[in-house]
Amino acid sequence: MAAALFYIFAAITLVGAIGVVMAKHIVHAAVQLLVALLGMAGLYFLLDAEFLAAAQLVIYVGGTLVLIIFGVMLTSHLGTRLMRVGPGETAIAVLTGLGLLAAIVTAIIHTRFPTPPPSVEPDVTRRLGVSLLGDYLVPFEIASVLMLAVMIGAAYLARRRPKDAA
Amino acid sequence: MSLLLATLDRPAPVLQILLGRDPALWVTLAWDVMLVMGVFLGLVSVIGFIAIWGERKVAGRIQHRHGPNRVGPVGLLQSLADGIKLASKEDLLPGRADAVLFYIAPYLAFAPVFTAFLALPFGPDFVFDRTLSVSLLWVLAILGVEVIGVILAGWSSNNKWSIYGAMREACQLISYEIPLGLSMLVVVLAVGTLDLLKLSEMQSHGLQHWLVFRQPFTAAAALVFFIASLASNKRAPFDLPESDSELVAGYHTEYSGLRFSLFYLAEYNAMFVMSGVMAVLFLGSWADPFGLIAHGYAKAIAGGQRWTPLLWNVAAAGVFTFKCAVLMFIQMWVRWTLPRPRIDQVLHACVKVMVPASLALLLGSAVWELVVAHGSMTERITQTVLAAAGVALVVATLVLIISAFIQGRQNQQRLGGPWPAGGA
Repeated sequence: MAAALFYIFAAITLVGAIGVVMAKHIVHAAVQLLVALLGMAGLYFLLDAEFLAAAQLVIYVGGTLVLIIFGVMLTSHLGTRLMRVGPGETAIAVLTGLGLLAAIVTAIIHTRFPTPPPSVEPDVTRRLGVSLLGDYLVPFEIASVLMLAVMIGAAYLARRRPKDAA
Repeated sequence: MSLLLATLDRPAPVLQILLGRDPALWVTLAWDVMLVMGVFLGLVSVIGFIAIWGERKVAGRIQHRHGPNRVGPVGLLQSLADGIKLASKEDLLPGRADAVLFYIAPYLAFAPVFTAFLALPFGPDFVFDRTLSVSLLWVLAILGVEVIGVILAGWSSNNKWSIYGAMREACQLISYEIPLGLSMLVVVLAVGTLDLLKLSEMQSHGLQHWLVFRQPFTAAAALVFFIASLASNKRAPFDLPESDSELVAGYHTEYSGLRFSLFYLAEYNAMFVMSGVMAVLFLGSWADPFGLIAHGYAKAIAGGQRWTPLLWNVAAAGVFTFKCAVLMFIQMWVRWTLPRPRIDQVLHACVKVMVPASLALLLGSAVWELVVAHGSMTERITQTVLAAAGVALVVATLVLIISAFIQGRQNQQRLGGPWPAGGA
């Protein structure tokens, strides 16, 4: 049953993900992304990673997706224009895709199957918090600093320039 | 991936791959799904039915009208009449609208609210998913999906008012999600769990254990949470996404018939879910102020009785629903009393007032938990004082309401108002 549910959620995720790539319109792509994210959340639930599933929905659906659609609505020309992909972008996309594929294939080759079943911790959220602020404090802080830098950069780009005010 | 390869390793009949080794599990799953559909569709419809009638009745009384009073006793069947009217209306699609998104948006707004009921604890056993350890986060996450439905509805309508409504919804929501989450975090930090069931059990032994009285900071956080939940449910004074004086009806301007009614059902049920979360987080969940239900339930379980625990669960569900109803009444009361601010004022209030305030509360709560030991004299005194203050506040409000009511009746008699004294 878990296997069948896995296939169902994996299919949902794949349909959504392919839809994101194929969609010509950015809002349609955003909706397909929602489908893919819901499928991913289902997969996380199957793996007993409830916190990850819920957190993913909060961050990506409640935050990122809303921001994408909000950005489209703010910039009206994006809302009507269809996306076109140039040859340069295609090349970059193919290279990135091949790199990711190589990484995933390497990971599959180096994993010894069948993997041991995931241990179900009774209080996994607590352990997650403790390890984020304990063993993995430095990566966590680096990620925070990175996000702060991005935020300052965005604010800098969006600031009112002297000539705008005139 | 591991599952995929595992099944490829061992060739098995197709049916076994599809159904797994224990086909009976699918029967259980189908039964669960049907149970959820039956119970929750019923629940969602009844809540929508009564809440919409209640809203119109409250609005009427606040504006010195009767409200609906023609269909059924005291107008109770008004929602049914409205539903029949809506169902018989034409399902319109605006010209050059994005048809697919326009058609799925109402479902995208409604289905998540429906799903959020999975995690609400109506009683010690009356909760669908007992194993969900992050139920608080789950409710927050699933209500985030509802927002997408609302924004898409506004965007796909090809209507400038709808787009303005959707834009307001988006920026209001991502702003107010921060104080909402932070005020939840104040409580989570104090008690150390995201499980709505555990939060309920923790508060079930009497008024002074309710989390709103645990610290001065949780009491303030309850206020922040309530304001932020108004904003996240698009309730007045934060109803800018559909502000009817400027935007016709905002994001659902172009909707008619049953799709329109889905938005309404979603709104009122989101109100109920948010009230439920507030009840669980701050107001003792399904527990009565004296801890009678928890006591009776524990005794019935210990005694091995068969039906008494069920009765205690029903009582708990009654208390929980009553708390939600009171909170929903307050939301309606606020809506028909306060004027609507401008969108810049709404955002100003969030970013410059509520976010810093909730951050300060979080910090204060953390320090409090470090300084004041659990079970110490200071904690008990604080809880008692806060609980007494809370009770005094409720009593004072009730006295004010009743005296205003009596005053109104007297004025009415003195002036010979147009309404018969015992009106509906």
